[in-house]
Amino acid sequence: MLESFEPIGPLEDKWKKHLFDLALIAPQNRKKHKVIVIGTGLAGASLCATLGEAGYKVSSFCFQDSPRRAHSIAAQGGINANKNYKNDGDSTWRLFYDTIKGGDFRARESNVYRLAELSSNIIDQAVAQGVPFAREYSGYLANRSFGGTQVSRTFYARGQTGQQLLLGAYQAHSRQIEEGSVTHHSRSEMLELIMVEGRARGVVVRDLVSGEISAHVADCIVLCTGGYSNAFYLSTNAKGCNTSATWRAYKKGAFFANPSFTQIHPTCVPPTGENQSKLTLMSESLRNDGRIWAPKNVEDCEKNPIDIAEEDRDYFLERMYPAFANLVPRDVASRAVKHICDEGYGVGSKVHGQRLGVYLDFTDIINKLGLDAVAEKYGNLFEMYESITGEDPYKTPMKIYPAPHYTMGGLWVDYNLMTTVEGLFAGGEANFSDHGANRLGASALMQGLADGYFVLPQTVANYLARNSFDKVEEDHPEVEKSLDSVKARIEQLMHAPDPKHSPEYFHQKLGGILWEACGMSRESGTLERAIKEIETLEAKFWNNIKVTGDDKDLNQTLERAGRVADFIELGKLMCQDALMREESCGAHARVEHLAEGGEAKRDDDNFSFVAAWQYNEEQPELHKEQLHFEFIKPTVRNYK
Amino acid sequence: MNFTLHIWRQKKSDATGDFVTYNIDHIDEDTSFLEMLDQLNEQLIDKGEDCIVFDYDCREGICGACSLVINGYPHGEKKATTTCQLYMRDYKTQSELWIEPWRANTFPVIKDLTVDRSSFDSIIQSGGYVSVQTGSAPDANSLLVDKVSADEAFNSATCIGCGACVAVCPNASASLFVAAKVTHLSLMPQGKIEEQDRAQRMTDQMETEGFGSCSNHRHCESVCPKGISVSNITKMNKILI
Repeated sequence: MLESFEPIGPLEDKWKKHLFDLALIAPQNRKKHKVIVIGTGLAGASLCATLGEAGYKVSSFCFQDSPRRAHSIAAQGGINANKNYKNDGDSTWRLFYDTIKGGDFRARESNVYRLAELSSNIIDQAVAQGVPFAREYSGYLANRSFGGTQVSRTFYARGQTGQQLLLGAYQAHSRQIEEGSVTHHSRSEMLELIMVEGRARGVVVRDLVSGEISAHVADCIVLCTGGYSNAFYLSTNAKGCNTSATWRAYKKGAFFANPSFTQIHPTCVPPTGENQSKLTLMSESLRNDGRIWAPKNVEDCEKNPIDIAEEDRDYFLERMYPAFANLVPRDVASRAVKHICDEGYGVGSKVHGQRLGVYLDFTDIINKLGLDAVAEKYGNLFEMYESITGEDPYKTPMKIYPAPHYTMGGLWVDYNLMTTVEGLFAGGEANFSDHGANRLGASALMQGLADGYFVLPQTVANYLARNSFDKVEEDHPEVEKSLDSVKARIEQLMHAPDPKHSPEYFHQKLGGILWEACGMSRESGTLERAIKEIETLEAKFWNNIKVTGDDKDLNQTLERAGRVADFIELGKLMCQDALMREESCGAHARVEHLAEGGEAKRDDDNFSFVAAWQYNEEQPELHKEQLHFEFIKPTVRNYK
Repeated sequence: MNFTLHIWRQKKSDATGDFVTYNIDHIDEDTSFLEMLDQLNEQLIDKGEDCIVFDYDCREGICGACSLVINGYPHGEKKATTTCQLYMRDYKTQSELWIEPWRANTFPVIKDLTVDRSSFDSIIQSGGYVSVQTGSAPDANSLLVDKVSADEAFNSATCIGCGACVAVCPNASASLFVAAKVTHLSLMPQGKIEEQDRAQRMTDQMETEGFGSCSNHRHCESVCPKGISVSNITKMNKILI
C-alpha cells in the first residue's frame, strides 16, 4: 500500500501545517548526523549547500570532474515563479493549476501546490546569490511568457538560465566545502545502495580514476541523479546522464513511478547522419517569436526555404491550433511535427530515408523588432545553431525536430520526497513527483531547486529526528555483500563469454527500439514486440559485451557498459508501463485511444493513478496510487 | 574526409606519454570533432585495444568538460567555441591533426587527454560566492540592479570553467578564470560587499594551487570559448589595490 503522507486541510495551508508538524534537530546535534547526496545538479547542489549551512555532515558525489558540470547547466529557457511582477493575473493558484493541467491531471495536487508556493522564494534566493537574471532598464527583473502559458512568469538569464542557477547552487555548495561541513567526491559513481535492517544506510561508489570500489555509510541517502532520457540513446541529455543510481535503488526496493512518462521536446536540431552522438535542444523560448512551417507541396521539400513562396508554406500549428498557435504544449507540437514529417513534408537531409525536420522561421520578428532586438533575446541560441549546422538562422530559417528531453517518471516518493525504501530520498528529475504526464517549460529548474533548497532539508531533518541510528561498521555483512556484488558485476562486464560489441552498439539498438515503440505514439502490438526485442538484447548484451582496457583504471568503456546494462532493464520497464497505460495522456499518445481529429483521449475512470512498479526477479509488480482531485476538476485538455 | 591523427597517449599521471598515430577514413563533414574520436574509439574496441580517454559531457558547449588542444590551440583554431562544438567541416583543408591534453602543472594529466582541474574548484571554494544562507533572502525586486551592470555581470558569469585560458597561458595563469568570477559578483550589489576579501582570497588560492600570474599576453581571451574579456582582469586588479 502506497502512503503519500499528504497533509490534510486546505490546499494553501498544507505545507505550512506540515512544516510545523515536522520534527527538528537542535543545532548542536546536527553534526552527529551524516547525509549522503548523490548528484550535484540543481537539486543535489542546493541540498548540499542548505544541509551544510544547517550544520549536518554531508558527503556529496558526482561522476563529472567537477560538481559545476552537472546537466542542469544545459537548461536554457528559464525558471517559473508566481511573483506576478507583470500584474497579469498570476498567482500561486494559477501556477499550480497550469502545472496540474499541463501534466494532464496525473500529478498529486498537494505536491504541485507546494512547488508553486515555493517558486517565489527560489527567485529571491537566486538573486541574493548574485544570479545575473535579465533585467529591465528600470533595474527590475524581466519576465517572459514561456511554453504554452498565458502569463509572463518566467525569469531568465539570456539562454543560459540553467547554467547561472547551477553556478549559484555550486557556489553555495563550494562555500560549505570550504566551511568543512560538506565533503565532496568528483569522478565517483554510485553503483549500489547499502541496506541495513530494511533502511538505506550507504552506497558503494567506484572511483572513476583509480577504479577503486569503496563503501560509504550514513544515516540517510538522497539521490539527485537526474533523468533517464538517454535510454533513447539520442536525446538532448549530456552523454553521461544515466539511470544507474535510481535503477540500483529500484532493485533494492524503491518503487519506480510512471517510467513511460517521458517528454519529447519539439525544438531540437534535427539529426543529420547515423553516427550522431546526441541531439541539441534549441530553447522552447524560440517558439515565442519563431513561426513553425513546412512546405505545402512535397516537391518543395528539397528547395531552399527562401525560394518557397508565402502561399506555399503551411504554418501548421497556427492552422491546427489557432488560439495557442506556435505556443501549444510540447507534446502537441512534437506530435504535429512528427506527423508532418511522417506524411512526407519534412525538410533537411535524409536519415534512414526520411527527412526529419520542419522550419522555425524568425523573418517576421526580425522585420518587426530589428536584428539587434532579436539578437539580444536569442543571440547565443542562434550562434549555437549556426555552429552545429553551419547555417545562419538570421538569414535561413532554422530546422527543428523532436527529441527526448526530460523524464517525468522516476523514483516514487511521498510528500516528504522519501522513496518506498526507508531512509532513501529522491529529488529533482530523479523523482516522479510534480510534473504528472507532462512537464511545462521552465518548471524543471523550479522543481530541482524547490526540492533542494526548501523541501528536502526539512523532510530529511524530520527523518533524522524521528529515528535512531546505530553505527554501521565497515565490515558489516551488508556492506561486504554490496561491495562483492558490485565487484562481481564489473567482472561480468569485463569478461563476457563471447565479447563482440561495444556498449555503444547495444545502446544504439536499445534507443532504436524505444524511439519506435515508446516515443510519442504507442500501440500495444509494437510495445509487446519491443519488450521481446529488449529481452533478446539483454541476453545478447551479457553474452557479447566487449569492454577493453583495465577495470582498475580510468575506463570510460566500462562506465558506459554498466550504464547501458541498466538502461536496457529500464527500457523494458518503460515499455511495460506504456503497455499497461491504455490511455493517451500528457506527453504520449496511445494510438488505440485517440479522439476524432487525433487529440489525446485520457481515461480518468480507469487510469487516474500513479503507476509505481516494484522490482521482482520474475515480473515487476504494479502498485497504484490513486490520484484525488479535491481542489480542481480534471478537464479535457483542448488547445484548439 | 580522411585524417591522420597524432594523439597523446599517457597511461597515468606519473607515466611518460607520447603521440600515437592513427588513421581514420570516411568521416562526414557534419560529424562533430568528438564524434570523430568516438568512431576511432569504436575501432579500437573492435581491435581489442584500450580506448582513448577524453572528457566530455553535454556536447553543446556549456558544461565545460571537453578540453583538447588541437594543432596547438585549446579548443581548436576556431574562435569562441568549445571542442565539442567543432565539426569536421571546420577541418576541410587539413588532413593531419595533433591532439593533446591541456598542458599546465596545475592540471596534471590523469590519462591520455584527460586532466585534473580540481584546482579550479578549490579556487571557487576559497571565496567565489556571495555568503548568503538559504532562506534569508528578501523579495527579489527589493534589490534593483541596473541593466547595464546586470548584462555585464552576465558576460563574466558565462565562464564554463573549462581551463583553456590556463592551457594557453605561458605562465599557466588562472587570472581570467578568477577575474571572471570576481567581476561577475562585484558588478552586482549583492556581491559588492565582500568584493575585496573575495578577490584576495581567490587570488591567494590561485597562487597556492601553483598557477602563475598574469603578464598581459592576452592569449586567454583569444581562446576563451565564451569570449570573456581580459578587461575582467583589469577590474579585478582595481579591486585588489
